[in-house]
Amino acid sequence: MWSTLLHSNTIWVLLSTMILGFAAGGIGCLAYWKRQNLMSDALSHAALPGVVVAFFIIQEKNLLLLVIGAAASALLGAFLIQWITNASRITEDTAMGMTLSVFYGVGIMLLSIANRSAGGNQSGLNSFIYGQAAAMVRSDVITMVVLAGIVILIIFIGFKEWKLYLFDAAFAKGIGMSVRSMNVLYTIVLVTTIVIGIQAVGVILMAAMLIIPAVSARYWTHSFRNMILLSSLVGGAAGALGTWISSTGSGLPTGPFIVLVSAAIFAISLLFGKEKGIIIRFIQFKVQQRDSERNQFVMDKGGSQ
Amino acid sequence: MRSSIIQVDDLSASYQKNKVLSNVNFNVEEGTITAIVGPNGAGKSTLIKTMLGLHPQLTGTVRFWDTSFKIAKKKIGYVPQRGSVDWDFPTDALDVVTMGLYGKIGWFRFPSRKDKEKAMNALKKMGMESYAHRQISQLSGGQQQRVFLARALAQDAELYFMDEPLAGVDASTEKAIMAILKELKRKGKTVLVVHHDLQTVPEYFDHVLLLNKTVYAHGKTEEVFTKDNIATTYGGNMQWIGKGDQYVVHATSQ
Repeated sequence: MWSTLLHSNTIWVLLSTMILGFAAGGIGCLAYWKRQNLMSDALSHAALPGVVVAFFIIQEKNLLLLVIGAAASALLGAFLIQWITNASRITEDTAMGMTLSVFYGVGIMLLSIANRSAGGNQSGLNSFIYGQAAAMVRSDVITMVVLAGIVILIIFIGFKEWKLYLFDAAFAKGIGMSVRSMNVLYTIVLVTTIVIGIQAVGVILMAAMLIIPAVSARYWTHSFRNMILLSSLVGGAAGALGTWISSTGSGLPTGPFIVLVSAAIFAISLLFGKEKGIIIRFIQFKVQQRDSERNQFVMDKGGSQ
Repeated sequence: MRSSIIQVDDLSASYQKNKVLSNVNFNVEEGTITAIVGPNGAGKSTLIKTMLGLHPQLTGTVRFWDTSFKIAKKKIGYVPQRGSVDWDFPTDALDVVTMGLYGKIGWFRFPSRKDKEKAMNALKKMGMESYAHRQISQLSGGQQQRVFLARALAQDAELYFMDEPLAGVDASTEKAIMAILKELKRKGKTVLVVHHDLQTVPEYFDHVLLLNKTVYAHGKTEEVFTKDNIATTYGGNMQWIGKGDQYVVHATSQ
């Protein structure tokens, strides 16, 4: 078990999924307060056709170029969702649902064509569906770490601006902040995180990496800064732990294990969370109840004297 | 006559098919407190949102101090409706007030101790200093409104737009807010307030703008806030309830 972990490639892969989880946890926190959790799911599904089309064009598996293809089709998906919502009476969640399944369907169709073509089935493109972190080579890892590092930097440098933008965009606009460029930056950061993550986690489960850490962190803190930090840490821990578990068997997909680890962290947060957890709420309620009973008792006694 | 710092010419705006504002013209003088009143759906909030570039304008021009909004916006404070933000957001009252200083602090810098002190002073003025570190989700509606006002104070603007600051607040909050408005007026600031309670207009505001998709009357409260003007603004079909000078109107039919 330890020998697999100490295998040099595994260490690299583990490091990259950890940093990916960290970045996804941070940006997921932004998406959570922008109320766009479903958006991240739609965008990650929308990335699939771009990966395959990029592969058709370059005929080899170069992560950076595939990521650019993925980003292009995810952005196209985001644009379509916007356009459908604005130009028709269709609501945003319906537009997302439609775009998500159509893009994913097209992606699967293209993938089956790619797999039939020469060299296609050895390309490891299938790993983009469920994620196969172990299939990554060193250059993939470097691409991922650099991009995730940029994402993390953008989130933490503009921390104060993100907070204002997410809490009260109208006020932000009033004091001279360009909400439109914040929107663009947000979409770029979100899409970047998604497309670098799909190699490791897969398009289907990528959304979980963005959503679950943020909701888990919500149970522990009442401060936006701590929530971003905690969400990033949960994402990083889930990424590392999930990758480690999947590396203990051969050919185990990474994505499902990362998601299961984060789901376990969520369950713990839901129960034991310091601020909003079920147990703390129950204790607070009981304490209040006892206090008011005691007060009632004191008052009764006072009345009878 | 004092100088006009806001000039609105032929402003119109719409929500999809419905035109909510058309041919709106008015000037606002420096150092006045103006109530914007009108029936529901008259476009009161839309008017200030359009003036502040938060809602697209169809036609017309809005000038502040004879320049565009882009140049003047640092001198303009906006207090949105309380319901426009998510109060479950994880932050405390002091932090929200500090947001009023972000324009001055500048990009990518963290608020200094001095900034925090300024924010704290603004909270004090609203009588909210003991709630500084309270979660905003655990504040009452009136307290949330006070936090918004404190944020606007911290901003130290010359011109304030407030969207229904007195909606759904209790008497003590209303008093606290009105005390602040009077102080702003004393300092020579200009305030525009979307207001819904006709009875308090003469007491609180020196100017009034009667709006129902377009301006029905605008000027000094004692001159334009008359029964006739109010009745035409609210659609004519009105019945007067109450006694004497109490401005209570009821629509008998639409």
